Amino acid sequence: MTEVRDPGLQPERTRLAWRRTTLSCTVVAVLAVKVAVHDDITAAGLTGLALSALVWVAFLAVAHRRIRALDAARPHPLSYRGALLAAVCTIALAVCGAAMIW
Amino acid sequence: MSDFVQSLRLWFAPGRIKDEGETPDYRFSLANERTFLAWIRTALALVGGGFAVDQFLPDLRWGVRVGLALALLAAGVLCALRAVNHWVRCERAMRRGEDLPVSRFPAVLSLAVAVVALAMVVVVVFGWAGR
Repeated sequence: MTEVRDPGLQPERTRLAWRRTTLSCTVVAVLAVKVAVHDDITAAGLTGLALSALVWVAFLAVAHRRIRALDAARPHPLSYRGALLAAVCTIALAVCGAAMIW
Repeated sequence: MSDFVQSLRLWFAPGRIKDEGETPDYRFSLANERTFLAWIRTALALVGGGFAVDQFLPDLRWGVRVGLALALLAAGVLCALRAVNHWVRCERAMRRGEDLPVSRFPAVLSLAVAVVALAMVVVVVFGWAGR
């Protein structure tokens, strides 16, 4: 490794993209919580709330792992598992919400 | 269609990506990753839109409200699935030195969003007129 950092700041830009995505996920998780507990608190609503929180934490963990890995001049490409987990978290939020709305 | 089967096989045996071709410049992989994240954000926005329709349009009839919300949620799921698929295919194309895959998904998604937006306009206008 000859250079200390990438001149185009590619790892930084990718890290910020992960942060933006985490922020979007947070907004969606908050909306999911609102869907779960909008009138009265029921067992189904509480289950939805717990699942949404769990999915949010999972996404946070994936993003955090990747952000740590990007703290290098020449980071490795995103692992297949990381990409799949990020997508699965999004889908889980959607499915969880669909079940609550229905 | 064989292309689809091939990428589906890649979904379940991701290690095979690394066997093909040679590792591209790390900057290309990072750019591909950012594109993937932008698609994931689009998917999250669609899912959030579905929740918002359900929560903030309580005056709509139940069928219309749930229908719109579920359509947006389904679009979000499709978008997330497509994000992973496109990412894998781009990664593989870069390893093999092939052209990047083209896709009609952006056009389809734009049309779907336009249809939902038009439906919203119609619903809101008629909702007001009916009151």
